[in-house]
Amino acid sequence: MKNTLGIIFSDMHDHMVSELTQHRCMGSVPVGGRYRLIDFVLSSMANAGAEEAGVITKTNYLSLMDHLGTGREWDLSRKRGGLVILPPFGSLSSMGMYQNRVEALAGVMGYIRSTSAEYVLGADCDYVYNPDFADFIASHIKSGAEISVMYKKMEVSGEKGGDVSTFLLGQGSNVVDMLIHPKIVGEQNVYLNVFVMSKRFLERVAGDCYSRNRMSFNRDILQANVGKHDIHAYEFTGYAGRFDSMRGYYKTNMDLLGTDARRSLFPQSRPVYTKIRDTAPVRYGLDAKISNSLLGDGCIIEGEVEDCVLFRGVKVEKGAKLKGCIVMQGTQIGAGSNLEHVITDKDVTIAENRKVAGFSTYPVYISKGASV
Amino acid sequence: MTKQKKLIAMILAGGQGSRLYCLTRSLAKPAVPFGGKYRIIDFPLSNCVNSGIDTVGVLTQYQPLILNEYIGNGQPWDLDRMGGGVFVLPPYQTSAGSDWYSGSANAVYQNMNFIDRYNPDYVLILGGDNIYKQDYSKMLEYHIEKNADVTIDVLEVPREEASRFGIMNTNADGSVYEFEEKPAEPKSLLASMGNYLFKTDVLRKFLTDDAKNPDSVNDFGKNIIPSLLENGKRLFAYTFDGYWKDVGTIDSLWEANMDLLDPSVPLDLTDSDWKIYARNPGRPPQYIGKNAFVQNSIVSEGVEVDGEVDFSVLFPGVTVEEGAKVLDSIIMPGTVVKSGAVVQYAIVAENCVVGAGAVVGQRPENMPDIENWGVSVVADGVYVGAGAFVPAKAMIEADIPDTAPDANGEGGAQL
Repeated sequence: MKNTLGIIFSDMHDHMVSELTQHRCMGSVPVGGRYRLIDFVLSSMANAGAEEAGVITKTNYLSLMDHLGTGREWDLSRKRGGLVILPPFGSLSSMGMYQNRVEALAGVMGYIRSTSAEYVLGADCDYVYNPDFADFIASHIKSGAEISVMYKKMEVSGEKGGDVSTFLLGQGSNVVDMLIHPKIVGEQNVYLNVFVMSKRFLERVAGDCYSRNRMSFNRDILQANVGKHDIHAYEFTGYAGRFDSMRGYYKTNMDLLGTDARRSLFPQSRPVYTKIRDTAPVRYGLDAKISNSLLGDGCIIEGEVEDCVLFRGVKVEKGAKLKGCIVMQGTQIGAGSNLEHVITDKDVTIAENRKVAGFSTYPVYISKGASV
Repeated sequence: MTKQKKLIAMILAGGQGSRLYCLTRSLAKPAVPFGGKYRIIDFPLSNCVNSGIDTVGVLTQYQPLILNEYIGNGQPWDLDRMGGGVFVLPPYQTSAGSDWYSGSANAVYQNMNFIDRYNPDYVLILGGDNIYKQDYSKMLEYHIEKNADVTIDVLEVPREEASRFGIMNTNADGSVYEFEEKPAEPKSLLASMGNYLFKTDVLRKFLTDDAKNPDSVNDFGKNIIPSLLENGKRLFAYTFDGYWKDVGTIDSLWEANMDLLDPSVPLDLTDSDWKIYARNPGRPPQYIGKNAFVQNSIVSEGVEVDGEVDFSVLFPGVTVEEGAKVLDSIIMPGTVVKSGAVVQYAIVAENCVVGAGAVVGQRPENMPDIENWGVSVVADGVYVGAGAFVPAKAMIEADIPDTAPDANGEGGAQL
């Protein structure tokens, strides 16, 4: 991806997990014990050799900026190119507070134009996956198509709010139709919200749409060009977990306890990078009992933990029991407490002998900094 | 011209660490992994940064490749600084010839030009192979308050151990009147920690004089300190009262790792005000499997455990398969312990494979003769074959082939 600019839309799906995005944008939602959602797509870009990447963001981006810093952890702290955070660019004619991707792209077109890249790879933050973007771009170039999109064969439920688009494919791998929020059920070719096109083509179609007040990227750029231009579909076959609801968030984290998902997400050749916190390794105490769990660094485990994802610096005191929980950074679980199917946000304190329980399909969420 | 500094540090990292035997066959002692995610040099380096020292020279000589790569530009320690930072200083060639570092004092002497570039008021000479957390800025305050020429970091040691150390005999005001190397009858219990804080001009003069002395072995403890005393310089002992451990031997390295598992040992690695920084391997979070049993242990990122781990330290990327046992042991990065294998009272270095059903190490309580017991060591990259047996105190440097299972289907032929 040497000649490709990565553009990451950090907050297009914030409404899908509104509890988690109260204090942050989707890109900085914690996942998998030590990551933020944006780590996956940004690492994929870095591993594909990206030398330039822009992160589009609008509100609540303090935690995202803190996380990304200069981009050093992704080897994107560069003199030429590197990581650029693109907050809203207000002007007299617009406040810069985009509502959709076309507006967002129009706002950063100056940046996109200034880069030396020939292609633009755009990706949202809503999936936990580790695609090989270098292969995707190579496949795009080989296909000769104007636009390439990445999809995965997945079950869709037809539920509202999932922001799903699907493709119908012709012979080979060209898109013959695109459905937005289809009310269909079953296995479909689901768009992973990742595209690649030449910079020149993107400038033209995004400019066209913006000047005609057509603001939906999916409808006005992708769907409208089906049949008009070649759209090449690239299948992703690895693991992809989606944060389309709190249930999806919970399920994706639990998926990471499975070997297949972990092997697909963390191949040796494409590591996932994240901000370094310099915490000590996990320390297990005398009565610790732990099984089927994923843990970030700096945890201190003295109680019982089963089927859980624990983020960095979580403390589980003696006699506390956790089952099926997602416990974010810095949370303390008091002695003798019993938690089942609970998601605690950052820095939650659970006092001694508390009981909180949800269900696997309806986990209880405890918000950032709360005390129980 | 760089800005003048008040204090810079020089870390002595050139030693081979021959008493760590095969653990240092391909890396220098300060680069030996410690405590689940660190290398030994992370401790003095982090202490420097946390004490406000932003310019550090690391003197290397023996097997410097891994140490060089590890330190890199110093960014993990926040030592990629303008007008300072961390510098790896190997011996080099000059128009007058080239010399290996003949001793600790000579290593610093050969780099006087590095010190002069920063022209600091004080130079702190640090050993590169001790585990401790110390605020050197307090030592500097003491040094200035006493108007000392040299301040020596000392630690009170138990009387029975005092004869293993260099002992500082002091007056009531802390000034040193005598230095005894490994005295049979110690007069005091203040052992030198191998850290010396010098006034720069005193350091320069004594190193220069020492270099001219053909009888000298160019060592701080053996030559420079006695010579300072002879010349009536103001030497003061600064008593450090935290946790300190020299990890120069297999036993002390094993013990220091085990100390981290003991909540009563005052070495807190979780203190966010005095973090020990390390270069991060960037591995996924650790996964503890359904069949795992993990207690009393320190486990780092990228580890996968589906067996039993007790009283052990596991470094990044270690795998302990189902049915395998790791007890009272230290397993360094990337090593795999296959199913049914037992590792006990052992140090297994980086990227080894302990084959299925192999047994590494013996428990002291099971030894017919305790005199022969000791920690077993497996050097980096070694393949310990399935069913092999590595006895207590053994040092394994070459691969051991798989042992064919016997008639009962069990491996375990003797080494």
